[in-house]
Amino acid sequence: MSKFVRSWELVGPALLVVAVALVGTTTSDSLQLQFRSVLVTASIVVALHVFIGNSGVISFGQVSFVAIGAFGAGVATTPVDVKPFAFPELFPFLKELELSNVESLLLAAVLGGVYALVVGVPLMRLSGLSAGIATFAVIIITNNVFRNWERIGPGAKTLTQIPETTSFLQATVGLLIVIAVAYAYQRTRQARMLRAAREDPPAAQSSGVDIYRQRLLAFTLSGALAGFAGGLLVHLAGTLTTEQVFLDLTFITLAMLVVGGIGSLWGSVLGALFIAGLNAYLTEAERGVRAFGLDVDLPSGTRLIALGAIMALVLLFRPSGLTGGRELAWPFVRRARATPGG
Amino acid sequence: MTEFIQSLVDGVALGSLYALAALGIGLVFGVMRLVNFAYGELITAAAYTLLLTKDLPVGLRIILALAVAVALSLIMEFIFRPLRVATPATMLVTTFAISFMLQNVAVLVFGTRGESMNFLPDLNKAFEIGDIRIRWITVVSIVAGAGLLSATAYVLNRTDIGLQMRAAAADFRTARLLGVKATRVIVFAFALSGVLAAVVAMMLAVQRPLATPSFGFLVVIPALVGVVVGGLDRLLPATIGGFLIGFATVIISDLLPSESRVFLNSALFGLVIVVLLVRPNGLFIQGAASGERL
Repeated sequence: MSKFVRSWELVGPALLVVAVALVGTTTSDSLQLQFRSVLVTASIVVALHVFIGNSGVISFGQVSFVAIGAFGAGVATTPVDVKPFAFPELFPFLKELELSNVESLLLAAVLGGVYALVVGVPLMRLSGLSAGIATFAVIIITNNVFRNWERIGPGAKTLTQIPETTSFLQATVGLLIVIAVAYAYQRTRQARMLRAAREDPPAAQSSGVDIYRQRLLAFTLSGALAGFAGGLLVHLAGTLTTEQVFLDLTFITLAMLVVGGIGSLWGSVLGALFIAGLNAYLTEAERGVRAFGLDVDLPSGTRLIALGAIMALVLLFRPSGLTGGRELAWPFVRRARATPGG
Repeated sequence: MTEFIQSLVDGVALGSLYALAALGIGLVFGVMRLVNFAYGELITAAAYTLLLTKDLPVGLRIILALAVAVALSLIMEFIFRPLRVATPATMLVTTFAISFMLQNVAVLVFGTRGESMNFLPDLNKAFEIGDIRIRWITVVSIVAGAGLLSATAYVLNRTDIGLQMRAAAADFRTARLLGVKATRVIVFAFALSGVLAAVVAMMLAVQRPLATPSFGFLVVIPALVGVVVGGLDRLLPATIGGFLIGFATVIISDLLPSESRVFLNSALFGLVIVVLLVRPNGLFIQGAASGERL
């Protein structure tokens, strides 16, 4: 298979993202915020894919890394003259910290990665539902600490006055970076070993794959990307509460991953854009505006019902998701079906 | 000392409640390998039934709550049929999507502000033994918990359908080859779990009288954690796990100094992580790893 055809697995999703962003720039102001939020959500889902897709282990904990990235970047960019009054309990070094936009995104990635590494060292020994529940415990603890420990963040208050720097350009470039890193990782020997362990753990082990080590690597990388996405999230609307990066986000991003088709980068991008896009469209429809050439006025409250119903229907009729967990194939050449996860 | 005994009593009461929820989740998991997130919405549905039947006689309210929970459980079973061949991740997310949808239906119909169900409020009254105050609902919870657990154990061990369920839980394919009707066993498990959901709803309704859209969801999360901590593969360990989560919640909360009580969840879930690391297959499960499932 030629290099070009192979790289379509990266170029295809990237083109879709750029297309969505370009459509977004032509819309009204309120829709633009929706579009930018779709792009940021997609970065979170691709970050999830790096671990869950490659390892096959369901983690409910990745939003913890989004949270630490978001609060890290948020606290670091809140103006220093605001912090002592709004959040008097903060550690002094946090009160004095003021980073530029890009620096704060890097900080978010580092925080996410380090936290994931620390959590992963004990937890990556687990698999199956035990891993699921243990990572679930991580998100509960993370939320509990952020909500109640006012020395490191806003606590139960809302973090406000964060610079709204996640423009269309930044959201798009950010998502493209996340996709590129996920793709680059996917092509490495380490990721192949991890996917081998996903398909058949005993066989992989007997071929010399250190499952723990490979899971830990993917978990850490996924954490760093999730932290970075958290940085993009906090700069999106300029405010953040602990509830925004808790169970709702955990479940909805996981649902996007599964609806897209667990196991492929293409699935994570498509699932995220599909569900987040649908959510954005329904939000607008509830407000009764003319969106995408259709006059829709839904009663408020129907958005989440429709979203839940559509997610369930997709999975009941296509249990392996929209893409079936396959990477995007170059459409113009007749060739053998791509294997899941390439 | 008195305080300690008081926490023990409270712990046993909450534990019994979670144990019943855990049993309901475990029954369905046993025969279908399905973790039903939407189990909480069965509890919620029973709670809203109690709310809507406020003015009817208590006996009728109980029957209606049971009927609604069982009916909804059977509808769920029908909806989940295509999932029997799906991967665990798909199963989990689909049941979550249904749970999410039903919660939002409840928000749309009833609003997020809770309304009082006014179900047997007299059971909240307490009697005293020495210095220990025991509410009647605590006694009822423990008795009902013990009674239903024994009844379920009887069904599983002494009846034909129970035997078939245990066979299906042990090895579904072999059980089918030997003539166990898959659908019948699964339908029965869902019906039974619906009954348990209604009972949990009634116990809760006395203590937390406000029916809200997340009424059941808030019980299912700890019960589910308990099920996995205890050992998902076997019913008894799963049920005991549910009990222990409820028990530990009360005990830890009483042990923590009052200014750090807000960190109760951190302490509880930190303990969950430790237990999982030491006994990944469940606290009470002996033997080899059950393999990669999810």
